[in-house]
Amino acid sequence: MNAVIEYAPLLWQGLLTTLTVTVLGGALCLVVAFAAGLARLSRHRILRWPAGVFIEVFRGTSLLVQMFWLFFALPFFGIQLHPLTAAVLALGLNEGAYAAEVVRGAIASRAKGQTEACIALGMEPALRLRRIIIPQSIPAMLPPFGNVMVDLLKNTSLVSLVTVADLTFSAQMIRSTTGQTTAIFTTILVMYFVLSYLLTLLTAWLEKRFALDRKALTLQRKENILMKVGAA
Amino acid sequence: MIWDNAFAISILPILLQGLWTTVHITVVGTLLAAGLGLVFAVLRRLAIPVLSKVIAFLVVFVRGTPLLVQAYVAFFVLPSYGISFDALTTGIVVIGVNYSAYMAEVYRSGIQGVSKGQWEAATALSLPGTRTWGRIVLPQAIRTVVPMLGNYLIQMFKDSAVLSAITVVELMATAQAIGSSNFRYLEPLTLAALLFLAVSYPASRLVNRLERRYAPQH
Repeated sequence: MNAVIEYAPLLWQGLLTTLTVTVLGGALCLVVAFAAGLARLSRHRILRWPAGVFIEVFRGTSLLVQMFWLFFALPFFGIQLHPLTAAVLALGLNEGAYAAEVVRGAIASRAKGQTEACIALGMEPALRLRRIIIPQSIPAMLPPFGNVMVDLLKNTSLVSLVTVADLTFSAQMIRSTTGQTTAIFTTILVMYFVLSYLLTLLTAWLEKRFALDRKALTLQRKENILMKVGAA
Repeated sequence: MIWDNAFAISILPILLQGLWTTVHITVVGTLLAAGLGLVFAVLRRLAIPVLSKVIAFLVVFVRGTPLLVQAYVAFFVLPSYGISFDALTTGIVVIGVNYSAYMAEVYRSGIQGVSKGQWEAATALSLPGTRTWGRIVLPQAIRTVVPMLGNYLIQMFKDSAVLSAITVVELMATAQAIGSSNFRYLEPLTLAALLFLAVSYPASRLVNRLERRYAPQH
């Protein structure tokens, strides 16, 4: 355990980098998910097709290949990305492609009557999406989004392979200098586990917060209490 | 000219060899994961005092930690306790165990989906536990699970690229090696991506079809 205590600052730095990559990657993932997912549902072929190709390509190839491609192959086109940028880009686009399918699925499975009611009320398509369809779809999106985010967190470990000094990278460095392999890897396994557990808790909280019948549930609870009081 | 066609063609045979190793890892890994996952799911369901809890925790722990770090543990930590295989075997075991945790959950939902009446009927007929499981519950549970297993097969095919980090010479590692020895990364990495896509896209189409066919009819 000595190495872990001695090199704690390095691990802390690594943890911060991992969190940064997760947050940035997660933000990009959400943007990509909604852009590609909505484009996939568009009436216009010019939006639908590119979104479809993007989703299939990024879901069909390995995240690691994408990351290496952005880092090693893009310079041949004269674009040299900072390792962190390449890492965040690859993570966001890859997980975003998965999340785009979540967005598409959740919106496509909304009750048709809602769209029809919007049309009957004369709402513009954009307003319809923003006010009715997307808010209604969020509860259905949250559980799979939570899975995507946990996946993203775990996949941030791959950024160590393109020289970003994240938690895994720091662990490898400490391992090669101290040789205390067991202690250091056990420590980061636990750290990753705690992080993904926290993400799961966050998702569960959001699910409760965004549940469609949240207001109905509280009302019902109040009624129940009142009835109990009345009975007494 | 950025893209060198002659170079791309010259490296294709080596890349195909790497692809073959990737397929090999995926097939053996999936078999391992499917078997282990089933064992974990059944052991959890049997509610054996300590064992079931331990397995439940292990499943959650494996799902909550990165495959790459698990691979490092198997590759760097286990040999210091006298357990060491070659990189390929280590890689297959790591990815197999990793996916078994996901598959255990899939089986679990499959087992939960078997209606209570089936269990009661088996009890009424006083079938022994092994036959209840082997002849009644599992055949029904696994039927609904088949397409999910297909999805994990494809996922594993792509994830196996991670094993290049512990010196398993599969498609990704091959592409990387070609890149670093020729100082040309564009062709090998692009071809590797295309090869991944060429296998996984048709495969996912096939699984989608299976999914519709095996969807529970009730």
